Amino acid sequence: MMKFKNLFRAGAFAGAALATGLVAGLAQAADTIKVGVLHSLSGTMAISETTLKDTVLMMVDDLNKNGGLLGKKVEAVVVDPASNWPLFAEKARELIEKDKVSVVFGCWTSVSRKSVLPVFEELNGLLFYPVQYEGEESSRNVFYTGAAPNQQAIPAVDYLMSEDGGAAKRWVLLGTDYVYPRTTNKILRAYLHSKGVADADIMENYTPFGHSDWQSIVASVKKFASAGKKTAVVSTINGDANVPFYKELGNQGIKAEDIPVVAFSVGEEELAGLDTAPLVGHLAAWNYFMSVDSPENAAFIKKWHAFIKNEKRVTNDPMEAHYIGFKMWVQAVEQAGTTAVDAVRQAMYGQKVKNLTGGVAVMNTNHHLSKPVLIGEIQADGQFETVWKTDGVVVGDAWSDFIPESAKLTADWTYPWVCGNCEKPKYATGAGM
Amino acid sequence: MRASLLINQRGGQVLLACMVALAVGVPALNLMVPASSAFHVPDYMVGLVGKYLCFALLAMALDLVWGYCGILSLGHGAFFALGGYAMGMHLMRQIGDRGVYGNAELPDFMVFLNWKELPWYWHGFDVFPFAMLMVMAVPGVLAFVFGWFAFRSRVTGVYLSIITQAMTFALMLAFFRNDMGFGGNNGLTDFKDLLGFDLQAPGVRAALFAASAMAVALAYLLCRAITASRLGRVLLAIRDAESRARFLGYRVEYYKLFTFTVSAVLAGIAGALYVPQVGIINPSEFAPAASIEVVIWVAVGGRGTLYGAVLGAMLVNYAKTYFTGTLPELWLYMLGGLFVATTIFLPKGIVGAVPTFGGSGGKGLGGLGKRFGRPSNQAAE
Amino acid sequence: MHPFVRTILAALLAFWLPASAGAQDADLQALVDGLAAKSFNQKIDAVDKLAATGDPKVVPVLTALLEGRLFTLKDGDKLVIAERKGRVYVTTAPLGGANLGEVKKGDLTKVRVNNKLRGELRAALGGLTLLSPDPSVRAEAVDSVLKARDAELMPVLEKAMAREEDPALHARMALAHAATNLFAAKKEEARLEALARLSESATPEVRSLLNEFVAGGKGTEKVIAAAKETLEAVEGRLRLWETVGDVFRGISLGSVLLLAAVGLAITFGVMGVINMAHGEMVMLGAYTTFVVQEAFRAYAPGAFDLSLVVAVPAAFLVSGAVGIAIERGVIRFLYGRPLETLLATWGISLVLQQAVRSVFGPTNRDVGAPEWMSGAVEFSNGLLLTYNRLWIIAFSLVVVGGIVVVLRKTAFGLQMRAVTQNRAMANSMGIRTGAVDALTFGMGSGIAGIAGVALSQIDNVSPNLGQAYIIDSFMVVVFGGVGNIWGTVVGAFSLGIVNKFLEPVAGAVLAKILVLIAIILFIQKRPRGLFALKGRAVEA
Repeated sequence: MMKFKNLFRAGAFAGAALATGLVAGLAQAADTIKVGVLHSLSGTMAISETTLKDTVLMMVDDLNKNGGLLGKKVEAVVVDPASNWPLFAEKARELIEKDKVSVVFGCWTSVSRKSVLPVFEELNGLLFYPVQYEGEESSRNVFYTGAAPNQQAIPAVDYLMSEDGGAAKRWVLLGTDYVYPRTTNKILRAYLHSKGVADADIMENYTPFGHSDWQSIVASVKKFASAGKKTAVVSTINGDANVPFYKELGNQGIKAEDIPVVAFSVGEEELAGLDTAPLVGHLAAWNYFMSVDSPENAAFIKKWHAFIKNEKRVTNDPMEAHYIGFKMWVQAVEQAGTTAVDAVRQAMYGQKVKNLTGGVAVMNTNHHLSKPVLIGEIQADGQFETVWKTDGVVVGDAWSDFIPESAKLTADWTYPWVCGNCEKPKYATGAGM
Repeated sequence: MRASLLINQRGGQVLLACMVALAVGVPALNLMVPASSAFHVPDYMVGLVGKYLCFALLAMALDLVWGYCGILSLGHGAFFALGGYAMGMHLMRQIGDRGVYGNAELPDFMVFLNWKELPWYWHGFDVFPFAMLMVMAVPGVLAFVFGWFAFRSRVTGVYLSIITQAMTFALMLAFFRNDMGFGGNNGLTDFKDLLGFDLQAPGVRAALFAASAMAVALAYLLCRAITASRLGRVLLAIRDAESRARFLGYRVEYYKLFTFTVSAVLAGIAGALYVPQVGIINPSEFAPAASIEVVIWVAVGGRGTLYGAVLGAMLVNYAKTYFTGTLPELWLYMLGGLFVATTIFLPKGIVGAVPTFGGSGGKGLGGLGKRFGRPSNQAAE
Repeated sequence: MHPFVRTILAALLAFWLPASAGAQDADLQALVDGLAAKSFNQKIDAVDKLAATGDPKVVPVLTALLEGRLFTLKDGDKLVIAERKGRVYVTTAPLGGANLGEVKKGDLTKVRVNNKLRGELRAALGGLTLLSPDPSVRAEAVDSVLKARDAELMPVLEKAMAREEDPALHARMALAHAATNLFAAKKEEARLEALARLSESATPEVRSLLNEFVAGGKGTEKVIAAAKETLEAVEGRLRLWETVGDVFRGISLGSVLLLAAVGLAITFGVMGVINMAHGEMVMLGAYTTFVVQEAFRAYAPGAFDLSLVVAVPAAFLVSGAVGIAIERGVIRFLYGRPLETLLATWGISLVLQQAVRSVFGPTNRDVGAPEWMSGAVEFSNGLLLTYNRLWIIAFSLVVVGGIVVVLRKTAFGLQMRAVTQNRAMANSMGIRTGAVDALTFGMGSGIAGIAGVALSQIDNVSPNLGQAYIIDSFMVVVFGGVGNIWGTVVGAFSLGIVNKFLEPVAGAVLAKILVLIAIILFIQKRPRGLFALKGRAVEA
């Protein structure tokens, strides 16, 4: 009978553990509004995502200093999905089901977003996703505050083709082998074709994540560029691989006047790990640069430095995306008078927030933002200097016009469409129009 | 006699009892008890523990080759992931024309990368029995071929460990490539249903949970049957003195090959159960670090006991869940500290330290408990 | 400030300023003010006009613009050159350099430059500085002139050629001359002559030029046919050197692998500790470099080029000390249980990563390259060897040499080999095995730290640095044969070279996969690596 005694002992132990967990859960007071923060604080993506966690904490802190939201305090619930994609899904579920957060700010990589997407849709949660991405998605439970390809890639290529940008005729598309570069380059290839660029003048190359030995690739870019036509490089190289890439670029003496490199994943944060003197003039396309001179941006940077207690920390585009997203969410909650997801979602449409770079960002019914597009050149101090800017704002396009299957689709979450990927409105027969 | 051998082990009894209790209790408490009750098991707990159970099965598979046969595989994650991919491919085919592009033939990621037709290796996965066969066959065949070469060439010790690591690393890089047709870095996701049942329905989730618990129980019985048999004793002999076993006339490579293949199939099944519960499979499951983690679960729980592996997997993963939620900035210290402390203070793992599991005296374990704590150079070098 | 500019300014002050004093300063000032125009095209116009004056006084203005030191004052739109000095900016007049006082950053607006304008500026400066007394300035100038291929620069180029005494520079000028002539000369003979001159130097630059000329199709049929012929000849000669380039890149990758793995060859290969924290020792070395550089930036900015020299011993000591602490604190309880060391060191690696993340933050840290490691040496046949790679190759060989000397020639090396071969016997001979263990592990870790100094020059300095190299390191050590330093050396270089030859054919990802498969198959053939230990140690 010894066995049963042991069984009981084990059972009692487990029960006690469970009960402790439950009590701890109940003890949390219900008079706060909870905001989930789902950014990796360890693992490969911590390098980029930790800053975003701090940005949300800063926004929450700021909101509480100004009286909170709907008369309640706002509380940030931070978890660490550790750059582990299934863990993202687990943590998302935990945030929504266990912690009962009203909204989640989080994710960086496409795969982490794909991983949590079914969870948010099943539990009707709300996610603000702050990073430039490949598009081809519009979920009713996600607001995409980063750039879609038409807000980054296409304007950048337009600029390089222009007289000011150097009138490039030959193109190298370098990317890390995952869905964002693949899709972006596919869109770009179609776009370049439409501008009369032949396939022989396009070189596409993919490398693994964290690729660190760029000697051969940089050498082959140089060779490709020696065909007598002005050549430009479009880089969708991700994260960690950028530093060794730019170091090699500098050492092999590729000057921006000869072969300009425009990047979509290199911001101030990435440049902070580099000596940028040999890279002056290489470009990046974003919706935000820290160097932009505007009162809102100055205030934001000041607040950031005060919050992070380090004058040297930089700001970047995804931070602005969280800034805009958070402000919009607060406005939508105030407008709706509740944090209930369905009401907030309806209130989000048409919500306006002043960009840090001037102009006004608007949330569209396809869950993407209208934002200005900026092209900047790298400076010796690790900052970008804007050399070109769209006249107004560009509407984020969930479905690219340059992919045939995707061009047919529309994302619009208001009547009569109410759909993220439809060829015709859901309520076409209604007289709503 | 055979039957008594199977249950004649206290830790194993506790394990079997727990698994049956979980398989019955958790779905019942989840589905039948109202959410307001203190005894209600919330949905996320079902998913979470279900995931742990899959890891437990994987850990047990590893313990079979490492604890009993002395093969330290640093690539067991590969078999797990391959099983997962086979399941994922079936689930992708089940989506049919409900993908975002409405293409009945091709999964979404192929549509927007301009694939015109389904690659040949995707055919057949729409049939459930074929997919299930592949769940076991793909990891099994890979393990068989890999083992056939490695064991016959007498690659042992760290050399074997490192080439298993090379195997999973190469597979990871291969699956990362979008040209391979497995969805690249994003892997397979956005699953809708399994055998016509909606994967997000509570009943289906509870059923998958029960299936995972039962799979752990059955796998335990299978592994126990192997290790308690004459074959199992030969395995121990190989683990402790491979050359001596060979000189005694045993064809060491065949014993190893058999165990390695069985273990890979079990890992594949674990992967197949894992995928519908977490909703995604991608190449990061092949990452060498993921496979090393499995080794750590086994070591923490207690190597060479099977139930120790299960316990280790559940505990380490629970600790991970708990600390990443409550101490997001500090959890790596806790986890790292736990590993260091376990090795120094609990050389036989947790089951070696808790008398409940009969680890200290080695009673009913056929001397195994005593043996595996001893420094064993052969297993490593 | 870039040293090149510094030399220009010095040269200008010394030679030209007194000579040209009293020129029509008012006219010049008006042209300079044109640089503050709104559009880039207007600015380019202004630059062209300034260049056309040929007045050396405009050189500092144009260099300031090129380097982003030209500003307008917010009140009054006056153009000034501004230098940061602590929290304020010191402004000077663009022409003449008179001090105009200190202003705050907010009072200044930078005159913007884009790549096109930058190209124009370099061409203009090239023409203006082609006659500079400083050879390094002339070298930069002739490069710019070669790129610009501006027919208007021909007179000054010819003048410079006539004066030039340095043969290498003269050849370069002749090349620029021929390149300009090929596109701009009126007569067919002049163009053919230019082609003949170009065919002498088979460089990628010439290939690019010829490609452009052939594609442009401007010229008589005879000239174009000759250009095509020259192009083919040039390409033929270049192809050979590209293979040499591949070999170099392979050796370079090999040297990186070697540096990353050689410390592991001691802790894992010699001591048998499956040291999963090895990568973190490398990372600590890289962070030590960062800290040393910060100290140099703060206290001795002038001696920054020496920072790496200081960082090497510092990294050795830091990583070595951490290694000794790990050995004494954890690993010494685990001898004879090598697999347990895997578990414990994995835990340690997690802790170290997070510790670095807590102390230095999760983002990349900027480790600068000293002057002597920046840039590349380019041979006239297009072979380009970057200095940092050359140094790393040399450094890796020195490190291996050092290890071999320590192992073979010192008492410590002897004791170390004795302990690893037969602990009990060594102990009874009076060797303090504990101390030897600690020092051996410390040495392996310290060498990993040194590797970190080198890797900080080519890779991210982030908490993830170590994870990126740990698997490759294990592959190299196992491929070469555990317990054999030479095996590690040969293994690292052969894996590097094979990888680099596969890469252009198969792509970076597939190349890596193929190398891994090759390792797996190779181990089947030689189950104990390239250089297997023989004798009793094998079965131990």
